Amino acid sequence: MTQLLLFNVTNGLIIGAFYVLMALGLSLILNLSNVINFAHGGFLVIGGYIAYAITPYIGFWGALVVAPPLTAIIGLIVERVLIRPLYGRDPLYSLLLTFGLAFMIEDGTRFIFGPQGKPVTVPPFLSQPLSNDFFFITGYRLFMVATVMIAVALLFLLLRYTRLGVRIRAGALDLETVAALGINVQMLRSLNFAVGIFLAGLSGVLAAGQLGLEPTMGTGLLMPSFIAIIVGGIGSLPGTLFGGLLIGVASGLTAVFYPAASEAVMYVLMAVVLLIRPRGLFGEEGMLT
Amino acid sequence: MSAKDTRKLIVLAAIWAVLILAPYWMVPLGGYTALATRVLVLGLAAMSVNFLLGFTGVLSFGHAAWFGLGAYGAGLALKFLAPSTPLALVLGMLLGGLCGAVLGALLVRRRGVYFAMVTIAFGQVFYYIAFQWSSLTGGDDGLRGFERQPIDLGLLKLDILSNANTFYFFVLFCFALAVGAMGFILRSPFGRTMIAIRENERRARFLGIPIERHIWIAFTLSCFFMGFAGALYALVNNFADPRGLHYSQSGDFVMMAVMGGMRNFWGPLLGAAVFVVVQDYLSSVTVNWMSFLGLLFVLVVLFFPRGLLGFLQRGKA
Repeated sequence: MTQLLLFNVTNGLIIGAFYVLMALGLSLILNLSNVINFAHGGFLVIGGYIAYAITPYIGFWGALVVAPPLTAIIGLIVERVLIRPLYGRDPLYSLLLTFGLAFMIEDGTRFIFGPQGKPVTVPPFLSQPLSNDFFFITGYRLFMVATVMIAVALLFLLLRYTRLGVRIRAGALDLETVAALGINVQMLRSLNFAVGIFLAGLSGVLAAGQLGLEPTMGTGLLMPSFIAIIVGGIGSLPGTLFGGLLIGVASGLTAVFYPAASEAVMYVLMAVVLLIRPRGLFGEEGMLT
Repeated sequence: MSAKDTRKLIVLAAIWAVLILAPYWMVPLGGYTALATRVLVLGLAAMSVNFLLGFTGVLSFGHAAWFGLGAYGAGLALKFLAPSTPLALVLGMLLGGLCGAVLGALLVRRRGVYFAMVTIAFGQVFYYIAFQWSSLTGGDDGLRGFERQPIDLGLLKLDILSNANTFYFFVLFCFALAVGAMGFILRSPFGRTMIAIRENERRARFLGIPIERHIWIAFTLSCFFMGFAGALYALVNNFADPRGLHYSQSGDFVMMAVMGGMRNFWGPLLGAAVFVVVQDYLSSVTVNWMSFLGLLFVLVVLFFPRGLLGFLQRGKA
């Protein structure tokens, strides 16, 4: 029983780590640009398939280093060409555009790589279980959680201590004032978008090694990421971090007792949080309106 | 009667003439009556979304949930309660509307993107229930095993099951009822407050309009219309599909409203017609229809944000 519990909690944490990476990127873009990026899952898929395409040439480690920045560059182009004209218009439009974009990315990957799942081979020493009792803790899983932790830590350091990070945080609060202080807001939005997409690309590579790749995988991770943001409190990045882990563990635990409800429990959690604390766990007053 | 009123009447008469005569002009043009029926039902759904989006300025991106609930309500009523089409329509509408009313109360304080986001997430709850509760809903396969029933008017028996034209006129009748109600609400003092909220929420509040309550009422009404459209859709297909509750379906509805023109009462119907025909055509010529549909979304947003009617009216002015 203890082992089963541990197994599912570990699973939940690992899935939660994916939600966190996805949700942090979504949250960054939402807070600064007021854009719900429906294509975020699409960018995860792009990152994963880039890794799949280049792993044979430069190996897994090379792909891990190269694929996320490449994804971010694609994100930059998309932002520049398609999303920039929509800033300042009703958020409805960016929502619909990224919604259509998600369709195109999913169908495009299916067209190029085929509908079947693709495996990305990870280095053999990572795929061994570390001990017999805890067979489910493979090196790769530890590595994944460690990578997510490092990425999140770097993100928070970036936001806390660099000039770019301070501007992003200020812009999320009051973009007009930031613009009035002479900061290039267009550039700020682009860079912020790229950071968000970088995180999506990174989670794509990590997911590729763990779950294999499918054109639809991004869509499946999108909704939990939304819930993570809502539960944690819209506008709060620590909230998003906590929300992602919370719903991951909650669905992992539910899988022990009542597997059919393991996804439903996220929605229940969201409803309960919104009933008790409408702004979300870490949300600030006024951010939700 | 001013010239403007006359023109409005002529346009209105033309719209209804086109709708009433649809079975007769569509077939020669290469369409089929069932396609017209689908346009009508999806058009009603898009108009219900627009009731909220275009006239109250509130973006719900989870409206497919109420549509799907209406479909399941109608299907379950036909399957388990009684073989009666009107009963199925009423129960479907009630299921969609009442669930919407309850959730609406949770949501009304949110605005803008946040409202959209929370409605998506909550809409998915119902998708999830329909998907998981297989013993009742048939799960992934959808709800089967029911048929729309002929309507007995005493003197006259309407065979809406096997006669496609009769069924079209039945759906048109239901559509007219719903659209009439919608138009009536929009012309009422309450409808004016909806538009006031859309135009300037703060001013509307200063005028003493209880914003949250009015948004909730508008949301609930829109959910009832949506449930009604969903119930009709179940009758069209004799089938209820969990994908009808999915957020991508909500996206399609919002797209129909935007593509037709959301500031116009009839815009979403036009949008639905274009959308259904394009989708029907694309899926018959290419397996990659999803890409092209996505491209359509992108192009409409970038180049026709006011929709077809908005574009035409602007061209005229």
